Amino acid sequence: MDVNRREWLFGSLTAAGFAEIAAAREHARHAAAKTTAPQFEFFDASMAADVAVIAEQILPSGDGPGAKETGVIYFIDRALKTFDADQQKVYRAGIAEVRETSRKLFPNAANIAKLNGEQQLALVKAIEHTDFFETVRVHTLLGFLGNPSYGGNRGNAGWTYIGFEDRMAWEPPFGYYDVEEPK
Amino acid sequence: MSGRKFSLTDAVDFLVIGAGAAGGVVAKELSTSGFSVVVLEQGPYWRETDYSHDEIKYAFQAGLTNDTKLQPVTFRANENEPAKRFKAIEYGRQVGGGSVHFTANYWRFHESDFHERSLYGDIPGTSFADWPIRYADLEPYYTKAEYDLGISGLGGANPFEAPRSKPYPLPPMRAKSSGALFERATKKLGLHPYPAPMAVLSRPYQGRSACVNCGFCESFGCDVRAKSSTLVSVIPVAEKTGHCEIRPNSYVRKIATDARGRATGAVYFDAKRREVFQRAKAVVVCANGVESAKLLLLSNGLANSSGLVGKNLMWDNGSFATAVFEHPHNEFKGIQVTRLIHDYYAADPKRGFYGGGGIDARFNFYPAGFALYGMPPDAPKWGAEYKKMVAHYFTRSMSLLAHSTSLPMERNTVTLDPDVKDAWGLPAVRITYTPHPDDIANMKWLLEREYEIFDAMGAKKVWPQPVDALSTNRHLMGTCRMGLDPKKSVVNQYSRTHDVRNLFVVDGSNFVTAARQQPTATIQALAYRAADYMSRAAKAGELG
Repeated sequence: MDVNRREWLFGSLTAAGFAEIAAAREHARHAAAKTTAPQFEFFDASMAADVAVIAEQILPSGDGPGAKETGVIYFIDRALKTFDADQQKVYRAGIAEVRETSRKLFPNAANIAKLNGEQQLALVKAIEHTDFFETVRVHTLLGFLGNPSYGGNRGNAGWTYIGFEDRMAWEPPFGYYDVEEPK
Repeated sequence: MSGRKFSLTDAVDFLVIGAGAAGGVVAKELSTSGFSVVVLEQGPYWRETDYSHDEIKYAFQAGLTNDTKLQPVTFRANENEPAKRFKAIEYGRQVGGGSVHFTANYWRFHESDFHERSLYGDIPGTSFADWPIRYADLEPYYTKAEYDLGISGLGGANPFEAPRSKPYPLPPMRAKSSGALFERATKKLGLHPYPAPMAVLSRPYQGRSACVNCGFCESFGCDVRAKSSTLVSVIPVAEKTGHCEIRPNSYVRKIATDARGRATGAVYFDAKRREVFQRAKAVVVCANGVESAKLLLLSNGLANSSGLVGKNLMWDNGSFATAVFEHPHNEFKGIQVTRLIHDYYAADPKRGFYGGGGIDARFNFYPAGFALYGMPPDAPKWGAEYKKMVAHYFTRSMSLLAHSTSLPMERNTVTLDPDVKDAWGLPAVRITYTPHPDDIANMKWLLEREYEIFDAMGAKKVWPQPVDALSTNRHLMGTCRMGLDPKKSVVNQYSRTHDVRNLFVVDGSNFVTAARQQPTATIQALAYRAADYMSRAAKAGELG
C-alpha cells in the first residue's frame, strides 16, 4: 500500500481527511505509472507474444479495455518470477505445446502472433480444455482484476470496467435495493 | 508490541499455545487475574497497518492462513485410499488466528445444540452425543465475550435464539442490498429474518473505530480495527497487564512432561528454526481443531488414553447458491453478511434425515475470484461474451449460504502423515474425511430452500455450487471432544484433559457436535469458561 494507514487511522475521519488521502494515493499511483516501460523478466519476446495472444483472446479489447490495455502480459511475467515461480515449467511446456498445435493447424504461419484474428480464436478453442489454458486464464483474470501493484490492471481499468472501486470507506446506500433501509 | 519478556527457564504460570480466537481470550483472562502467561503463536505478529485490500495476496495466496508450501496437508476420503497433497483444511496462522480473517459471523448456539442426542436419538455410524454442559452453563460467557470483543446485533430479533441475559453491546449493522432483498422476501414466505450478529463494530467501541464499509472482511485483516478479532480486542489488554508475553513465529512441536506425567512446558521452533524449551506450571493448547490434535499426537499421544485425539473431525459443510438480479447491489461495499434466518435451524425427523441450518444473505467474492469462480457454470469461460457478462454480473450478484450440519464420526480424523513432512521436518497433517449421508441430504434440502428464497427475491438466474464438491474446509471441530467419561472424551467439561491435570485444550476441538457451524462465539465462550476454571484451580493449588 502506498499510504501509511496509521496516519489515516488516527487522523480525523472528516471529508477533508478522506480527500487528502485520496489525493495522496492518486499521486502515488501516478508516480508508479510514470516509471519506464516494464521489461520482461521471465519471458523472452516470442514467448510473451504467444502468451499475449492467448490472454487477449480470453479478455479481448473492444467494448472496453482488455488484457492488452491493462498490461496482463507484464503481470503474468512478474508473477512467474515471484509468487507463482513454480508455474514456470507449466508455461515452458504449455507454450511449446501450443506452438505445436498451431503448426499443425496453420502450417503456413511463421508463428502464433502472425495468425489472423480468426486463426488465433481457432487455436485457443483447440487448447481451451488444457491445464495450461486454465493456468493462463487464471493469470489473465488476476492481471485484469488484481491489485495494480502487481503490474496489471493498469490505471484500475479492469476494476472500472466491472464497476468495482477500491476505497478505504463507503457510505450507504450501496445499491438499488438498500436505498430505503433505515439506518 | 508491548508487554514483558519472560525467561525460558523460569516456569510461567500458564503457557498458552496458539494466539487465536480461544488463545487470545485465555491469555487476557489469566493475565488480568495476575498470572504470568506466555503465548506461543506459529504465525507472525501483524497489525492493521500491515494489511491491505490485496486480493491476490489474501484470497489467492495464504496471506493470513496456513501455507501448504510450508505445511503440506494430505487428504483421503477413507483409510483404504492413499492420501494425496490437498489443502483440505485452512486456519488463521498469525496472532489473532482465524478471528483476524473470518467473515465475523457471531452466532450463539441454540439451547438444543447441547443435547441433540437426547432430542433426536442415536444416528447409526456416528458418535452423536450430548455435551456435558448446557446452554445455561455457557450463557454468562457468551455475554462476556460479546461485551469484551464488541459484537453488533439485535437481541430478541431472532425468535429461535436462546435466552440472553443482556442485549448486544452494539446495535446491528445496516442491511445492504442483499440483506434488504432477503428480508422482504423471507418475510413474504412467512420466515423470520433478523440482523446478522457480527464481530464488527457498528459504532466506535473501547477506543476502536466503527466499520467504514470498505468491503474487505472475509479473508482479509481489518484496516481500521473494526473487526473484533482477538488481535485488536483482548490481546492488547493482556499485554497491558505486564503479565503476558505474546511470542510470534513460535511453532510448538512437543508438549513436555515429567516422570509424574505432568506437563512441564513446550518445545518449539523459534523464527530461526532453533529449538527452544519454555518451562511452565500449566499448559493450555488453543491451536485449533486440527493443530491441537496434531500437537498431542506429536507429543507421543499425550492425553490420549481414550484413543479419541484426532477423531470425530467436523467442519463447515454448507449449501451455496448465487443469483443475478436486475439492478446493481454493489455488494462489494460493506460487510459480507447483514441478514439471515434460523427458521430451518432445528432438526426435524419428518424430513427423513438429521439436519437443519441457518441461511444468510451474502456476497463474499472479490473481483478476480468472482470472474473466475463466481459465474454461472453455463456461462462462457473466456472471450468477448464472457467479459461482458462478468461486468454485468459483478455488481448485480449475491449469494445465499446455508450453514449446515457435520456429524461426528470416528472415521473422520486428523492423523500424522507417515510420509510427508513440513518445512520444519514435522509430519504433515493427514485428513481423512467422508461426510455422513444425512449431511449431504441436509445440504441438498437446504439448497432447495435457497432456491425458494431467491425466487421470492425476484432473482433473474440462480446457480448452485455442487454440495459434494471437494473443498478447503474451515471451522475445524471435534478432535479433542469434551465429556464426563474419560473413555469417551479427551477433555472434561472445563476443557481440562482427563489424563493430565495441568494440561488444557480449548478451541473448536472440544465440540461434541457441530451445531450449524459458526463456531467462533462458542469457542470463545468455552475459552472464557475454561479460563475461569483454570484461574480458580490454580489458586486452589489443583494444577500442581
